[in-house]
Amino acid sequence: MAIIVTQEKATDGILREVQATSGVDLSVCYQCKKCTSGCPVAAMVKAPPSEIIRRLQLNAGDEILDSELLWTCLSCETCSARCPMGIDLAAVMDALRRLALDRKASKQQGNVPLFNRVFLETVRLFGRTYDMLMIAAYKVGTLKLLNDTEKFPAMLKKRKIALFPTLEADRKTVRRIFKKAKQNRGT
Amino acid sequence: MKYAYFPGCSAESTARDMHESTLVVSERLGIDLQEPRGWTCCGATAGHQTDPLLAASLPAATLVKVKDMGLDLVANCAACYNRLKMANHLVLTSPDMRRKVADAIGRDYDGSVKIRHFMEVLLDDVGLDTIQNTLQRTLKGLKVACYYGCLLVRPHEAMQFDDPENPTSLDRLVRTLGAETLDWPHKVECCGGGLSMTRTDVVIRLTESILSMAKLAGADCIAVSCPMCQINLDMRQLDIQKQLGKRYDMPIVYVTQLIGLCLGISADKLGFNKLMVPASTVIEAVGDAA
Repeated sequence: MAIIVTQEKATDGILREVQATSGVDLSVCYQCKKCTSGCPVAAMVKAPPSEIIRRLQLNAGDEILDSELLWTCLSCETCSARCPMGIDLAAVMDALRRLALDRKASKQQGNVPLFNRVFLETVRLFGRTYDMLMIAAYKVGTLKLLNDTEKFPAMLKKRKIALFPTLEADRKTVRRIFKKAKQNRGT
Repeated sequence: MKYAYFPGCSAESTARDMHESTLVVSERLGIDLQEPRGWTCCGATAGHQTDPLLAASLPAATLVKVKDMGLDLVANCAACYNRLKMANHLVLTSPDMRRKVADAIGRDYDGSVKIRHFMEVLLDDVGLDTIQNTLQRTLKGLKVACYYGCLLVRPHEAMQFDDPENPTSLDRLVRTLGAETLDWPHKVECCGGGLSMTRTDVVIRLTESILSMAKLAGADCIAVSCPMCQINLDMRQLDIQKQLGKRYDMPIVYVTQLIGLCLGISADKLGFNKLMVPASTVIEAVGDAA
């Protein structure tokens, strides 16, 4: 399949930053497309994994951070496991997501960034996840208040959702970690 | 046999059944599990998708506590197992990351705590012979599709768990119980993992493909060892029925629940009542050991 690169749209290439963040050398990719063949979501996105690599090689800029794959990728690591050149594409996807978050440039397809944020916020607050608060915050954030609600009564009855957060975790260390990570990002 | 035990956050919510069955099975098999005081979340997928320092430091905060205990650390949740092992891998392969992690958690951590999956303890330390000799019941006649998912086997360099494309650990355990394990191609396919709430459409497609393949192979149930695989394959059957009109009625059970049944432990104590798709076919398949 042909990959069309629109010259006027392209900003400065981000290949070097992606390689520095992920520690992965993308120049060795020869487009065998094994990553795309094994990717469970390749058929659901416009640009599959091998195309993302090719675009980066062809000096893609910030516009690649809008790719659907960033937030459809499951981090299942099948691509990394099967690459004949040992490219850790899962690490490249983490680097792309990180760049997308840092630059706030991308459209951030879907609600995954919001989910990750509320998930990590409950961890920061309690030291462990607290599903009740996480789900509530996520639902308010997406305005999809009614999704999955029909399962709630059964899950509560089966005690598959904890009513209260734990108080046993070492919250002090966890808060320190989040503080240091924020300093490290320079934001 | 004494170990530190990392239950993981889902042990306190969606995977109480996994946690409870692990505890009772351990007690019967003489495995002593000790929770590290104040253990904290491993960060899961959200952690590594957001920030590499969070991804390494969150598990390291618990690992450094386990180091003080002087024990190997056992995890049963595949996601926790993966992130704990990745934290070891990251501090062992990058001196820069080790320095940053030390600054974040307030102590140096050298990556030396040995991390084991509960199945590895059963296979390597307890041994299949001992398990077989302890069994009071059998699952003879039950056809089981063993499903490993992603996080146990990938990335292989860091996990070193079994064969990454065709693992057999779970199969060997299930066969010890007298059940028949099936050859099927979806052992290490992804169930959709952490996108359960955010991209339910993707999860429905992936779980449907796994369920239909298990059914085609003739499975009576799917055995898992990961809370995310379990809840996706179990709970999403309700959505598959509603949205696609396909009904699977496929019980998704933890391997610890199957072992517990054969040790003569009651289904209630093993958390069978917490499954969304009832596993009565599995419970009814239990027979007296020869």
